Amino acid sequence: MGILEVKNVGKRFGGLQALSDVNLSVKENSVHAIIGPNGAGKSTLLNCFVGKLIPDTGSVMFNGQSVLGLKPYEINQMGISRVFQTPEIFSDLTVMENVMISCFARRDGSFRMHPFETVAHETDIVEQAEQMLEDVNMLDKRHMHAASMSRGDKRRLEMAMCLAQNPKLLLLDEPTAGMARADTNNTIDLLKEIKEKRDITMAIIEHDMHVVFSLAERITVLAQGTPLVEDTPENIKGHPKVKEAYLGEAA
Amino acid sequence: MDAIILQILNGLDKGSAYALIALGLTLIFGTLGVVNFAHGALFMIGAFVAVTLQRIFGLSYEEVDPDKTDFLGNPLVVDKPYVEKWFGADFGAWLIDWSVPLAIIAAIPVMLIVGFVMERGLIKHFYKRPHADQILVTFGLAIVLQELIKYFFGANPIQTGAPDAFAGSMDFGVLLGFDPNVIIYPYWRLVYFLFAALVIGGVFAFLQFTTFGMVVRAGMADRETVGLLGINIDKRFTLMFGLAAAVAGVAGVMYTPILAPNYHMGMDFLVLSFVVVVVGGMGSLPGAVAAGFLLGILQSFASMNEIKSLIPGIDQVIIYLVAILILLTRPRGLLGRAGVMED
Amino acid sequence: MKMLGLSNKDTRFLLIVIALTLLTPIILQPFPEGSSLAQFNAGYPDLMQRFAIFGIFAIGFNILFGLTGYLSFGHAAFLGVGSYSVVWMYKLLGYNVVPGILLAIVVSGLFALLIGFISLRRSGIYFSILTLAFAQMSYNLAYSVLTPLTNGETGLQVYTNDAQVLMGAGAPNSPHFFGIVMNESSKLNLGGWEFTFNNGYYFCAIVAILVFYLSLRIFRSPFGLMLRAIKTNQTRLNYTGLNARPYTLAAFVISGMYAGLAGALMASMDPLAGAERMQWTASGEVVLMTILGGAGTLMGPILGAGFIKYFENIFSKINDQVLHGWFAFLPDGLENFIIGVSHFFVGKSWHLTLGLLFMLVVIFLPGGLVEGGQRIARAFRNRKSKDDGAQARTQPAE
Repeated sequence: MGILEVKNVGKRFGGLQALSDVNLSVKENSVHAIIGPNGAGKSTLLNCFVGKLIPDTGSVMFNGQSVLGLKPYEINQMGISRVFQTPEIFSDLTVMENVMISCFARRDGSFRMHPFETVAHETDIVEQAEQMLEDVNMLDKRHMHAASMSRGDKRRLEMAMCLAQNPKLLLLDEPTAGMARADTNNTIDLLKEIKEKRDITMAIIEHDMHVVFSLAERITVLAQGTPLVEDTPENIKGHPKVKEAYLGEAA
Repeated sequence: MDAIILQILNGLDKGSAYALIALGLTLIFGTLGVVNFAHGALFMIGAFVAVTLQRIFGLSYEEVDPDKTDFLGNPLVVDKPYVEKWFGADFGAWLIDWSVPLAIIAAIPVMLIVGFVMERGLIKHFYKRPHADQILVTFGLAIVLQELIKYFFGANPIQTGAPDAFAGSMDFGVLLGFDPNVIIYPYWRLVYFLFAALVIGGVFAFLQFTTFGMVVRAGMADRETVGLLGINIDKRFTLMFGLAAAVAGVAGVMYTPILAPNYHMGMDFLVLSFVVVVVGGMGSLPGAVAAGFLLGILQSFASMNEIKSLIPGIDQVIIYLVAILILLTRPRGLLGRAGVMED
Repeated sequence: MKMLGLSNKDTRFLLIVIALTLLTPIILQPFPEGSSLAQFNAGYPDLMQRFAIFGIFAIGFNILFGLTGYLSFGHAAFLGVGSYSVVWMYKLLGYNVVPGILLAIVVSGLFALLIGFISLRRSGIYFSILTLAFAQMSYNLAYSVLTPLTNGETGLQVYTNDAQVLMGAGAPNSPHFFGIVMNESSKLNLGGWEFTFNNGYYFCAIVAILVFYLSLRIFRSPFGLMLRAIKTNQTRLNYTGLNARPYTLAAFVISGMYAGLAGALMASMDPLAGAERMQWTASGEVVLMTILGGAGTLMGPILGAGFIKYFENIFSKINDQVLHGWFAFLPDGLENFIIGVSHFFVGKSWHLTLGLLFMLVVIFLPGGLVEGGQRIARAFRNRKSKDDGAQARTQPAE
């Protein structure tokens, strides 16, 4: 029984069958990559996990509970955090405030009215946020405006915001898309470090094979909305079906 | 039955005005992505073009009329319009009488220029800014335009009559086989409806059958792709803005005999027209027209005594109620495309 | 110096605001009576009351618009509801303003809860239009079927045959706060100057200080942080496990209650309530104030409200005679020309100036007067540091 169990998921957009009969099991404390050519349905699948889309058929269970029909914030409160392709951060706020919001969400749940307390006096939150920023080496930037940072730093911040919630499952949607090689390597190192320090499960959607093979313990290959194979990275590397799927795209 | 027909007729002229203003609003929103709070002001400017023309035709000099005397027996000094002097008494009088329809000829170039200046000078810089900023800056512009009109024309409504030929009312019921005097409908309102239908038809035909219209429609659907085709879409959109301004302007010109123009009429109509656009669907031209007439007619039904005694105050709120219901149940509006501003 | 749970900086800020508010009758009266500049004095009760009342209105609006970015075009409805509540309490109970003000806050809060609950199901321009539709509906209804409650076009006022059950024999016959009559003033003549200290103004001012303190606390609270987060990025908020809806609704209700309080104070100064207070132009006015001053800043709305009310008052007083007085030194032709041009902007045309100013702010200074002030201050600092020969290192633009 994995932490995320996907059974027979299908999703149709008008005439397009985006996903059909997807079965997937992500083991607790593993790093699971989902790869596949463009249009294979990777992002659609991810959106089914977080409440942005509801699949037409099948079930998505997280920790034994169905997530279908729940709002994104409810699913997040269950312990799933998501990193976006282009970092989604609170760009008008400071780095510290960004992380503090996550800490508040973890402590207070989806809504708590506290209009008369003062942010600066919430020592536990401040400490947590500072610790988190130190973990990702951004403590020196805590007073910076999030909007004025480099793209790599934004990604790092987004990661910190997700981790501050102490999620059980971290979903990463092409975390290195559009990054230079150096930034990509930094991100890989960061993810490895996170994995070493915490009990966390990661599911990564990725294009970049370098990233996938440096991180993943299991890989699912998706093509035309359905899983082709699921195996360890070593076995995936030479797999004929995978070659076919990718070559088919190139041809 | 006759009561229903009467209410439908009563709703038509208001509906026509809503439809014409909403058409321009939604055209601007669809093409330029701009929420224009100053659109009502364009309607008002149109109305005041009619007022101005009437005043120009009415410019007069004093002349001693040898045939008439005042009560003291002296020769009477009368005001004679210059147009009667220049073009002859008959033609001059005709010009004055027909100043409202003639104002359309003046209003079209005036409104096109106003539209171009507005778009090039102001709106252009707000394409990329958030909707809230667009609302705010055009709201400011609306205030400025309204105050300018107030400065030149005063705060009081200015009566502007229809040509004498259309002054009375017609017995519409007789035409349909009802008893005389049950469905009485002023001629000018009928004229207004026909005029609106003509303008709306013209705009649709223009968009449907000309290359220009085709490009604009393509631009409404997907601006970036059209831009990639190397078509200078901006220039066409400027023209589009002028066109929308002209439509609002002539709508205002022709509305003057129905409602004496005043400086805040633009704002009054704007609020309702926005509701119309939202009900019809942001960016949907047929939606704007359909919703305009629908709401106009609904409003006139709601003001029937029978309905008012059933639900007091319904005539005051019906339009807003419909808008709220539509926004909550079908945010894209009656005929709006899926995905346009739907959150 | 820390007070009331505020940081040093905020405490200092609050103290400055308190000092300015309490000294307003002196500060706004800088010119001696009878001097040619006396027309620029603004230290009379009526105007000062409006500063405080519209300040409250704008502070509340800013909690919604400035923090969450939701642009409401219907806040005047709450203003009107507040006024009606107070006048009803006068009619039923008596002229003490306290029951009315409490009722106004409760009623406008409930009304805001209803309107907000529905309107906040949509965002962006749809939200603006929904609030506008609700406010126009309230306005139209107040004029028509709700006449028994609102007295229609005449406006709600107190009549001699009203119950006023709590009215004691010796109680003042106009609005008062436990015997302190609102429209009474004491005057102080000092040399050529005349200062008016009006009870009503001080009542409004103290309320304004209280609600300003409240908004300061909200700005600095986790709740305020969440509201700012909503403005910045709702997607991230959702994926951080936070539900934006109750936060925005709470902000909407709070700002509705501020508006209700402002309306209540209007009726506390002058025991009248009319439907025109609910018209959408009144909603537009508070939008103008907030943006002009600087949306999302603490001081902005107050500055905006003060600025608009001050210039509305001063500009509309400037007439031909005054203009001729100013430009008399010029040659006649030029004088007439300048006066002719000025006509567009002063006197009854003051709204034109306001509209233009507002456009300029939206175009060039989205942060409003506060941002303008900061820019000037920054430029001044840079200049100064250059003059000192120190290295003028400009901060990277943020």
